[in-house]
Amino acid sequence: MNALRSENSGVSIVLCGQAGQGIQTVEKLLTSILKASGWNVFATKEYMSRIRGGTNSTLIRVGSKPVRGFINRIDVLAALDKSAGGHLAKRISPETVIMGEKEVLSGFGDTGSFFEAGFSQAAKDLGGKVYANTVAVGALLRLLGIPAEEVKEPLERFFGGKSDEIIEKNQQALQKGFEMAEKPAEDFGAGLKLSGEPDVQGRMLVNGAQAVGLGALAGGCNFISSYPMSPSTAVLAFLAQNGGGLGLIAEQAEDEIAAVNMAVGAWYAGARAMITTSGGGFALMSEGVSLAGMMESPLVMHLAQRPGPATGLPTRTEQGDLELALYSGHGEFPRIILAPGTLSEAFSLAKKAFDTADKYQVPVIILTDQYFMDSYYNTETFSLEGLKKSSYITKTDKDYLRYKLTENGISPRGVPGFGEGLVCQDSDEHDQQGRITEDLELRVKMNDKRLKKLEAAKAETVQPSLVGAEDYENIIVCWGSNYNIVKEAIELSGRSDTAMLHFSQVYPVPEKAIEKLKRAKKTAVLENNATGQFAKLLKLQLDFEPDEKILKYNGMPFAADALSEKINEMF
Amino acid sequence: MNADKFDMGNIDIAWCPGCGNFSILDVLKDSLAELEISPEQLVMVSGIGQAAKIPHYLKANFFNGLHGRALSPATAIKVSSPSLTVIAESGDGDMYGEGGNHFIHTIRRNPNITNIVHDNMVYGLTKGQASPTSRPGFKTGVQINGVVLEPFNPLAVAIGLDAGFAARTSITDKELTKDIIKQAVRHNGYALVDLLQPCPSFNKVNNYKWFKENTYRLEDTHDPSERDRAFSLACKTDKLALGVFYKSQKPSFEENISAGPEPLHEKRLDTDKLESLIKSFAS
Repeated sequence: MNALRSENSGVSIVLCGQAGQGIQTVEKLLTSILKASGWNVFATKEYMSRIRGGTNSTLIRVGSKPVRGFINRIDVLAALDKSAGGHLAKRISPETVIMGEKEVLSGFGDTGSFFEAGFSQAAKDLGGKVYANTVAVGALLRLLGIPAEEVKEPLERFFGGKSDEIIEKNQQALQKGFEMAEKPAEDFGAGLKLSGEPDVQGRMLVNGAQAVGLGALAGGCNFISSYPMSPSTAVLAFLAQNGGGLGLIAEQAEDEIAAVNMAVGAWYAGARAMITTSGGGFALMSEGVSLAGMMESPLVMHLAQRPGPATGLPTRTEQGDLELALYSGHGEFPRIILAPGTLSEAFSLAKKAFDTADKYQVPVIILTDQYFMDSYYNTETFSLEGLKKSSYITKTDKDYLRYKLTENGISPRGVPGFGEGLVCQDSDEHDQQGRITEDLELRVKMNDKRLKKLEAAKAETVQPSLVGAEDYENIIVCWGSNYNIVKEAIELSGRSDTAMLHFSQVYPVPEKAIEKLKRAKKTAVLENNATGQFAKLLKLQLDFEPDEKILKYNGMPFAADALSEKINEMF
Repeated sequence: MNADKFDMGNIDIAWCPGCGNFSILDVLKDSLAELEISPEQLVMVSGIGQAAKIPHYLKANFFNGLHGRALSPATAIKVSSPSLTVIAESGDGDMYGEGGNHFIHTIRRNPNITNIVHDNMVYGLTKGQASPTSRPGFKTGVQINGVVLEPFNPLAVAIGLDAGFAARTSITDKELTKDIIKQAVRHNGYALVDLLQPCPSFNKVNNYKWFKENTYRLEDTHDPSERDRAFSLACKTDKLALGVFYKSQKPSFEENISAGPEPLHEKRLDTDKLESLIKSFAS
């Protein structure tokens, strides 16, 4: 296996089969065992928009160093269905070890190193089909060269709560798999020539949706209203399942329009509310974005992107909605758009989103995508250190003015029932009290007031991270979920003259970034879309134009290995 | 409590002379005063339209939002701060047209809010087009040959969905209107008040006289717990019955989701619990 020579990129395992065949069970079992044994793991999936059938695959990477992004290379392929051959043809090399039942292997051509494995028969011998997945996990672990004794305990923990018999049977199934792969492992020279890191065991294993959800809770989120839409639903489900104990109210609204109007209403009454949706849902919510702008209501919106227009590719990934987030809602009003690059950043920025929205009374949009939502890896445990619940709500007095004209545009925000004053919010242009006005001079004052808040909010701009060579000649600019992919691609390319400038705040664009961009001899902007939406924004806000654009919009994320070759061609 | 507690003083009111909204505003203020609700504890929520301006003309907290969306923020406000009295008040276009989907699902959700719908069977703000409740044959600048659509029947829909409280009244009967608004506000759960009113500028057919002649009070013997009877009365549209058609006692949305009486803005994050949730991902 090629990978075994690569210290940096570890081993890449792909599971491929139909939906409903148990890929997710294998994925969960394998990653939790590996992580519990001290290996760094990463997993991400690509799937078709159907409940059963189709051809889906999950990439699992394991390494002694952190592995955190998508790559094309497949070292071991566990094929559960004939269609895997055609589906993954471009990613299979002669060194790919392909394991599967006899009839499944017949779906592949000549490329690859084949290992015929009788998972079903072995499972049947043990008393049921249900054990086939554990047999496969055993075989995979043997190929990786992990000793059977090392995984006994993690397996027991994985099935914790199940009967002793079930645990025992699964131990036997795992052993069966180990034995089955004994000879192929020797033939293919398999075995992880890497070392685990003991402290990996104590770190978190989370995906993008969980990171956003935990960050929201840390930000004081206590209300979520949303309509389910892939790939954003996982955040709604996470908060519904885990927020109750923290006093969070989760409501599945009848549509996205209700969801966003509920969220604005909840903020009005003093809640810290968010919505989670995808592009199509966000499009429906644009009236609510505009409402928040006019009412000067805080609002936190999580937009998990997928390819459009319209229903597009519902289960795939893209960064095609930056302009939607940027321009949604009519009229002119400030907003802030954050795009976390790593899981720990998803946590910290989701938390920050609530504070920023509350402080400046503006909508804050968190942009992620399907790839980010569905990817997970072990990361340092999120810290609540220094967390203080900052409340920006004012107790009102009799003469309270909701839209008091102030120097920085921010008026003290009261909530109904707290104090002696009345809290009046209006979607029409209004006076300082919040009542409808057609005083055109006041209109200008109120508009200026709203826009001024963006200037104030700039004090808290999230600066981009420069990763890689300090004395770079080339810079690759990226944003959002591409952080780990570009970082790894530069490492794999071996180029010490190339750095990455990653933006976690895409709007307003951090102005100081221009200094770093100007220092480069050659620049490229990389985005998961067809028109270079962030590049356009850089031109608009910083008057910066890159030498190259690297764009991908086939529904798949960039692959670090393919990108490293591209870097060497380009620079 | 005196109704002048809700007075805005000398303000510019944008309604046409003779508009039914003036009487509705007066009756509403009287009802609230008799219920001893303070302006500070009251939130008026509305959408867009002439009726939707009502929060501007009485002293209270208000959220005057978007067209058709009054019920969504009203629900969220109530659940976020359950001790507030929340009234969503707007017109027939707003609640039944633009907001039709929210109307249906708010009834299903059953938040403890009062929903007063000014029903004048016409669009006033946009100058006289048909509304969902306009009656067949009603001619407008858009429905030039007269309305051909089946009118929306809010009472039948609400009773069909087992609404907590469904009533119809007419501003031509102020006494009944006040009584019904008071009952609706007191009701625990969603309460619909379909409030008929004349629009002197754009509805020359369903005028004051028409409402007088085509409505009647439900008899005292009417039992609002009888759903079948209430539904069949709601389906009768030759003459329109006024009164509380239907009532059912069931837990409100806030009670069902166990939000507790404390407003969300007073709750503090339990960092120990969050810490242990975070740690559960590290084992």
